Amino acid sequence: MLVIKNLHAGIGGTDILNGIDLTVKAGEVHAIMGPNGSGKSTLANVLAGRETYQVTRGSVTYQGDDLLAMSPEERAWAGIFLAFQYPVEIPGVSNLYFLKTAMNALRKHQGQEELDAMDFLELVKKKVELVQMDPSFLQRAVNEGFSGGEKKRNEILQMAVLEPKLAVLDETDSGLDIDALQIVAGGVNALRGPERAMVVVTHYQRLLDYIIPDKVHVLAHGRIVKSGGKELAHELEEKGYSWIEEQAGQRSVVGS
Amino acid sequence: MSDTSESGIVKNRELRELAGQKYKHGWVTDIEADSAPPGLSEEIIRFISAKKEEPAFMLEWRLKAYRHWLTMKEPDWAFVHYPPIDYQEIIYYSAPGAKKGPESLDEVDPKLLETYAKLGIPLAEQKMLSGVAVDAVFDSVSVATTFKGKLNELGIIFCAFSEAVREHPELVKKYLGSVVPTTDNFFAALNSAVFTDGSFVYIPKGVRCPMELSTYFRINAANTGQFERTLIIADEGAKVSYLEGCTAPMRDENQLHAAVVELVALDDAAIKYSTVQNWYPGDENGVGGIYNFVTKRGRCQGRNSRISWTQVETGSAITWKYPGCILQGDNSVGEFYSVALTNNYQQADTGTKMIHIGKNTTSTIIAKGISAGHGRNSYRGLVKILKSAEGARNYSQCDSLLLGDKCGAHTFPYIDVRNSTARMEHEASTSKIGEDQLFYCQQRGIAPEDAVSMIVNGFCKDVFRELPMEFAVEAQKLLEISLEGTVG
Repeated sequence: MLVIKNLHAGIGGTDILNGIDLTVKAGEVHAIMGPNGSGKSTLANVLAGRETYQVTRGSVTYQGDDLLAMSPEERAWAGIFLAFQYPVEIPGVSNLYFLKTAMNALRKHQGQEELDAMDFLELVKKKVELVQMDPSFLQRAVNEGFSGGEKKRNEILQMAVLEPKLAVLDETDSGLDIDALQIVAGGVNALRGPERAMVVVTHYQRLLDYIIPDKVHVLAHGRIVKSGGKELAHELEEKGYSWIEEQAGQRSVVGS
Repeated sequence: MSDTSESGIVKNRELRELAGQKYKHGWVTDIEADSAPPGLSEEIIRFISAKKEEPAFMLEWRLKAYRHWLTMKEPDWAFVHYPPIDYQEIIYYSAPGAKKGPESLDEVDPKLLETYAKLGIPLAEQKMLSGVAVDAVFDSVSVATTFKGKLNELGIIFCAFSEAVREHPELVKKYLGSVVPTTDNFFAALNSAVFTDGSFVYIPKGVRCPMELSTYFRINAANTGQFERTLIIADEGAKVSYLEGCTAPMRDENQLHAAVVELVALDDAAIKYSTVQNWYPGDENGVGGIYNFVTKRGRCQGRNSRISWTQVETGSAITWKYPGCILQGDNSVGEFYSVALTNNYQQADTGTKMIHIGKNTTSTIIAKGISAGHGRNSYRGLVKILKSAEGARNYSQCDSLLLGDKCGAHTFPYIDVRNSTARMEHEASTSKIGEDQLFYCQQRGIAPEDAVSMIVNGFCKDVFRELPMEFAVEAQKLLEISLEGTVG
């Protein structure tokens, strides 16, 4: 589904990603771990097409298409969803209206009929239960005055409504207490399926107790320095990131 | 246009004035003329007044205003720039078609009806479906008034201003100029001297007007300044909601527009006045567009009265407009809800004046300014609490939204409090549509232009919800149209 080859990207001429190689197949859940500043969020944002990041080298293929040639909204239409680390507030625009606009934009570009207000409300009410939100939540402005946990749950709600093919979760666990974490993880797990791939970016192993990944990759200095199964996450939990960073440091010296 | 006026095109100003002297005999006697020649003089005012078959008091009132206007200077304190206006270049009267006034839609020139249809105002259809009575003004003459019968039954008067002058002179005499005196300001004085038509509304005691009253204005003939005069009186316990909407076709020359609107609310009366203004704003290089210098003011004359202004200003090259309330009656309430959008080279200097005189008077101001392109948007508001206004309260909120980095937003609040029991709150904010907001929307599949209009509509929500339903929809569409091409 997703093939990343030798991806270099950064901001203002400074590369943050220094050659990422990663292949994600449909049905798989990949966890991207790594210390602060290793490039995890950069990778998530580059996949979603954020213009503040420039790709300097490499390629990304999504369902056989050149992802990097697509605008952010085209990527969304093609089924890519980014759960934001810092969800954005849009004052005066109700959650319900925002979701319906997004949903119908996707449906339109996927050749489906747009949903009317009643049908949409019915659909979204079911999804709201999934993330254990109060339905009054839908009438509030997008993320305005939401607590950190509410914002993250709102991201999962959007994901549940939009049903993406490839979901990228950017530190969705940060700032969550254990209850909220379980709710978020429950929402994510409910969406797992053979047609859907997920890339879960996280700093802590904790989230992976609830969302069991098929593969774990460790990012350091903008590269994947170690890949493995779910047990790799536990190893990191015990040993921390320093041993990996040391390895990576040596390798990059050798490599250069 | 009459033959004589065509020969009036003389470049040299003195010559033209001389020529004007000559013409006045030529055309004043010619009451059949459809247009006055350009320029302003007592003769022109007499011509307009004669055209309108006005009683003598009206002519006297106009002449008094004109003589005062001659002593006044065009104001220059607003934060707008434009080349000087030559008031002798303007045609102060023109009538379309110039047949006799039609009494029903069937008598209206089909071409006019077609124009209204293009503007989305199908009169005939509206008459049947929408429940909105429309007093349509094409250039300076009212061409159609609907729903009269139904309103008549309730004793409501809703008619062209010129008709009110003839049919209800006692009301006009009593209230005209009682809120905006002829000497109020340069543009109001000019309007008082030369206004050609507008709307008149009187709601009798205890009557709640059963429908939204609506007037659509349109400027059409070249070089015609339009000077409407509107007067709305809500007698004791009366309630009325009035809608004013404007569109204008593409034009290259600048056109002056100086309207005056006066509202009077007696004891326990309520007037809601809503405007959607989308006159031609000029092209993307700032060429052309309407100059809109408007004086709008309401007087909450009675106890517990309420006047509410809601405006959505997306058009005009220049907007100079401060709808205000004089809160005279005890416990009276004044409200001002405004969205002003400037794109390309549009300039808006708009806001409100709330003058608290009575006890326990309350005012609310919510102003939203949106600037895009090279647009310049200023909020200018005065809240004045007089000594007599024991327990007065005001809440003001002024928010500015910027799109791009070439536009500007300014806030000029004036606060004058002379009673220590007053409570004042003022909030202001300026924000930009951020890259992060846009990206968030795009990531959810919402294209940038749709995202901008969604964000802007959200920004304006507090004002839009004050608009009657059909206007709210129109206002949202207008913002979308006005913001086209601001992203990309």
